[in-house]
Amino acid sequence: MKKRAEHQEPFVRMTKRASITPGKAWVIRGIALLGAIVTGALLLLILGHNPFGIYGEMVRGAFGGTMYIKETVRTAVPLLISAIGIAFAFKMKFWNIGAEGQILIGGIAASAVAIHYDAQFAAWAAESGSFLPRILMLVLMFLAAIVAGGLYGVVPAVFKSKWGTNETLFTLMLNYIALQYVKYLAYQPAWKMAGTSFPKVRMFDPIAVLPKVMGIHIGWIIALVLVVVAHFYLTRTKHGYEIAVVGESTNTARYAGINVSKVYLRTMFISGALCGLAGYLVVSGADGTLTEGTAGGVGFTAITVAWLSKMNPITMLIVAVFIAALDRGAGFQSSTGVPESCAEVLVGIILFFMLGCEFFINYKLVFRGRKEAAA
Amino acid sequence: MSFDFISLFVAAVLAGTPLLLGTLGEILTEKSGHLNLGVEGMMFMGAVTSLAASYAYEQMMKSAGFAASGFVSLLVALVAAFAAGALCALIYSFLTVTLRADQNVTGLTLTIFGTGLANFCGELLGKSAGGFVTVSKVTKAAFSQLDLFGLKNSASPFLQTVSKLFLQYNWMVYFAIVIAIVMAWFFKRSRVGLNLRAVGENPATADAAGINVTRYKYLATVIGGGICGIGGMYMSMVNQSGVWVHNCVAGYGWLAVALVIFSTWSPLRGLVCGLIFGAFTIMRLYVNIPGLAMQIYDMLPYAATILVLIITSIRQSREHAQPKSCGTNYFREER
Repeated sequence: MKKRAEHQEPFVRMTKRASITPGKAWVIRGIALLGAIVTGALLLLILGHNPFGIYGEMVRGAFGGTMYIKETVRTAVPLLISAIGIAFAFKMKFWNIGAEGQILIGGIAASAVAIHYDAQFAAWAAESGSFLPRILMLVLMFLAAIVAGGLYGVVPAVFKSKWGTNETLFTLMLNYIALQYVKYLAYQPAWKMAGTSFPKVRMFDPIAVLPKVMGIHIGWIIALVLVVVAHFYLTRTKHGYEIAVVGESTNTARYAGINVSKVYLRTMFISGALCGLAGYLVVSGADGTLTEGTAGGVGFTAITVAWLSKMNPITMLIVAVFIAALDRGAGFQSSTGVPESCAEVLVGIILFFMLGCEFFINYKLVFRGRKEAAA
Repeated sequence: MSFDFISLFVAAVLAGTPLLLGTLGEILTEKSGHLNLGVEGMMFMGAVTSLAASYAYEQMMKSAGFAASGFVSLLVALVAAFAAGALCALIYSFLTVTLRADQNVTGLTLTIFGTGLANFCGELLGKSAGGFVTVSKVTKAAFSQLDLFGLKNSASPFLQTVSKLFLQYNWMVYFAIVIAIVMAWFFKRSRVGLNLRAVGENPATADAAGINVTRYKYLATVIGGGICGIGGMYMSMVNQSGVWVHNCVAGYGWLAVALVIFSTWSPLRGLVCGLIFGAFTIMRLYVNIPGLAMQIYDMLPYAATILVLIITSIRQSREHAQPKSCGTNYFREER
């Protein structure tokens, strides 16, 4: 992780690889992962911990038992869905850094429905004894979340397509506006938990909480379905093709008769809506309420997940579970005396290595005096 | 009322200084064509290392039987904060300049990493110091209010007011202002600064003109990161007066990124805009508009930034926009 100037210009020069076999690419990634684990171990050693003990505990904390596996899956669900959402935008080179905000806005919209109507729907359900009110409630929350998240994603796209406003910075700022709004809502009488002065949104009635399948809220099924649907949409449909063309070159897209603004708006709506959906699953599935930590950095981590997976939804599934396992594994540590921030450090190191190794997949180093025939 | 204004102004300057430092570092970075979203992480690292270095120096002097000097402690902290920020930025620039990794993703990773490592080290530091870590009186004194020209207890009320408004901050406030002025001169008047701007606007042209693009990019991001680290030092040494508080940077790094846009990439406008942002962050304590909730005040800096972003893009202003190559990596062979 500490850099030395290894690339002295006269010695080494870089050339782009024409192609690389998938096997070789995975070997490079494997070496990078190993390098990251060793670097992490060294860092832990310097800071006075036993790295083997900590790594062992982490694996146990993430997978050592049904309860831990459930927690890992629960962490992976919003991460995976937001990563898919981000991939839609990133594929057309629209740098949507605003997943965090879109998750929160989705969560807020779903919560608004729950907070204002859960009592009425619960009364209706008790009276009629049918499933209909619960289904209706959950569907309304779902729709509110995706529409709100989608619209929050469309706003920067409107300005981008009309005036070329920088979307990276725009979406970044929207995150903090959404976060402040959540903090604001926690103080509102209609939203607040009764009987405490602590600003906290109250828990929803069970009618507004997602049912569980195999002990985990049904979000995980939604996520798996989305992986397939997103993969199909991005690779097999006209819309998906348009996204790819816009991403390659807006000029080419225009020349081919693609309405670039329309693609921006449509795709950003989908991107925001997926992140909003992730927010819905957190408030209605995992937490049963809206908190400041509803997004909790997931939107940012999801960007790295999407990037490491090269915008491929199926790879994202693996990467999201891996990152979630790291997170849970280190969360488990806090009870054994190692600070929880350990997870962030290790995630950071692994991501650094993964980002760095992409270079060696795309380029090769040619040393001085060596023939280029091997290229 | 005037009393209120004076204390609001003073509080705004104090709150705006770490933002200004973070912003200056990021402006320098972005002028080289690199958008480093790791400001938060670099500030965190600066915060924890400066505290750790000061503490270590004090302990060393104590065990050697000497009295610790506030000035040396301050210097040690300054060097440590700069080095920590610079080292983080070095990771970033190695990945983005040499290995051509995506700038957004690398920056975000740096934030995750820096935040985690700083909190991790902070907790370890607290544990090793037996509960919580704090620096001694001499270091605290070195970071507290000054009284320039000794006008604090002047006989004339006018001079007293002047002193209160401008002459009684801690040294870091003046340090930040000096850096801003130097940087403004550097970008506008010095050859190296003009070259750097050329690199940020169009690296291919700069390269053709014989400028060493890689060296400029490295130096700008690393020094910029160091300045961000010093901004982090303000959070731990001044705001928390030398005590490690978990998550003490708390979003200030992101606010600094916003401030870069708000001051439209100009160090001198950064001075004024830093004051405005500083005022935004503490305004709710001083100005009470009925019906406006506290949390809405905290949205102001971000909303204002978006407004600036939109206005500059509508006006197609090249002067007040992000350096053109920002966000994309330069590879000479790929033209």
